[in-house]
Amino acid sequence: MRIGNTKLGANLVIGGSLVAVAVVVGVLAPWIQHTDPVMDANLMNAEMPPSREFWFGTDAQGRDIYSRVVHGARISLTVGVISQLINSCIGVALGLSAGYWGGWWDDFVSGLTNMMLAIPSLIFALAIMAILGPGLFSLLIALGLTNWSFTCRLARASALSLKTQGYVQAAKVLGYSDLRIMFTQVLPNMLGPIIVIATLGMGGAILTEAALSFLGLGIRPPYPSWGSMLSEARDQFRTAPWLSIFPGLAIFLTVLGLNLLGDGLRDILDPQSRSRRA
Amino acid sequence: MLRFIIRRLLQTIPIIASVALVIFILFSVIPGSFASALFDDGRGMDPAVMERMNKELGLSDPVHVRFGRYVKQLVTLDLGTSFRTREPVTQLIGKRLWPTLELAFASMIFAILFGIPLGFIAALRPGSAIDSLSMVFAVSGLSLPKFWFGLLLMYLFALVLGWLPSFGYGDGSLKYLILPAVTLGVSPMALLARTTRAAVLEIMNADFVRTARSKGMSEQRVITWHVMRNAWVLVLTTIGLQFGSLMGQAVVVEKLFSWPGVGSLLVDSVFQRDIPAVQGCILVIVLFFLAINTLVDIAYAMIDPRISYS
Repeated sequence: MRIGNTKLGANLVIGGSLVAVAVVVGVLAPWIQHTDPVMDANLMNAEMPPSREFWFGTDAQGRDIYSRVVHGARISLTVGVISQLINSCIGVALGLSAGYWGGWWDDFVSGLTNMMLAIPSLIFALAIMAILGPGLFSLLIALGLTNWSFTCRLARASALSLKTQGYVQAAKVLGYSDLRIMFTQVLPNMLGPIIVIATLGMGGAILTEAALSFLGLGIRPPYPSWGSMLSEARDQFRTAPWLSIFPGLAIFLTVLGLNLLGDGLRDILDPQSRSRRA
Repeated sequence: MLRFIIRRLLQTIPIIASVALVIFILFSVIPGSFASALFDDGRGMDPAVMERMNKELGLSDPVHVRFGRYVKQLVTLDLGTSFRTREPVTQLIGKRLWPTLELAFASMIFAILFGIPLGFIAALRPGSAIDSLSMVFAVSGLSLPKFWFGLLLMYLFALVLGWLPSFGYGDGSLKYLILPAVTLGVSPMALLARTTRAAVLEIMNADFVRTARSKGMSEQRVITWHVMRNAWVLVLTTIGLQFGSLMGQAVVVEKLFSWPGVGSLLVDSVFQRDIPAVQGCILVIVLFFLAINTLVDIAYAMIDPRISYS
């Protein structure tokens, strides 16, 4: 497939389609749900298998799994997008300034990045969630503060190489302030790889949210996060496997979409990486 | 070489110190931390009892005194005493360390055994059906929520087929290890497949490979002598990074399979507000990551003669 002069790879098309479906489902959730995903419990319909009435079956409280999965898309995508925005802002601000200014600030940021890389993001997020308590806001803070180190390293490396370019030197001669040079000359030239990392990071954030909710530290029941639905469904896996299959499939397809989209964007925005990609 | 190893070890000290500081700040200084929550959890405890507990646990001391005590303990490799069991945290973690290491090793072996051949086969036939299929498999492995994949494995191999136990450590035999190890190993396996493919493809196009072929060297010899040996350097880094982070990733898998490791101790301690145990577990996980990375760096320098020791 082509748009203008750009050839779109299979990764971009398949990944973009999966992500688009998740976004559309999340946005239209209130209109396409069959019942209220939180309030409409009916014990008469408890643990019904998938049928024409209940497409994905019902849970132990008789709530419609389809409606809950559809609403879960809102939570997962909100967590993925907002936490990555926070991560990207922190990573770019620190990395760009460290690479551009150098000196003690660069040493400090590099030390901070090395420390962040040493603490697994799930463990760090788990510690923050344990302090802030479960909930969407805590999740956004926990995931937004724990995954900026790769973006920071990339931004620092790009800034180090870009600051020696002729147009940056020209801007300096023209008397532009450091901040103006960073945001108008350097940042636009490093955006491609940063968008790729953010897209891939969204998938990671969705997986971490699901893992934290599964451990009971993310979104708390009865709110329909995919991870908390899986946590609730764990004990009924033998008797009602559909409780786990559909939320798990939703996480898998959304993260798969984001990973493929990230790979596809990398092929377009950073073509040299195609051969060395891992 | 010795100087390189010492320098590399010294580089980890500031990281360990800063991680210890961050862990202390997180759990002791921020308002609403475990320390304050322990005495405000709505259990209606007698204030006098709370105050006594507070004093006994050392939580009533000022922050700088607690920090001083924490640093002093860390320097003597003492991670404090668990609030819950009153056991030394080092002892508590010591009991859980072997099952976690066992799980991490088994997962990495699984990832290496399947990931490297998969990536290698894909790279030998780029663009072929087998290449596309293995890369679909790899990207799927990276997108799977581990606990969901574990649940599916548990359902199939334990509940439906009855071949393997569904959870627990049992008598420590291999059959208990298989499902958690495969669950934990699936994403490192996927990443290894992708890295191996990328590394082999890059080396296949290198000048020295072209030269070897033009000299008339057989394809098999080119691959084993030039491609595999050079790809190994790149693959080793991924193995090290993945292995180092496995202890952190194991948290969810250990909880799912009721595996008695450091990860499940961490989650239990979080819920029971056992601050010293939480701090100790995080520190051990970070130390494991740093130790593996340091070892990989040293191995990297030994394998690749282009890397300077100085």
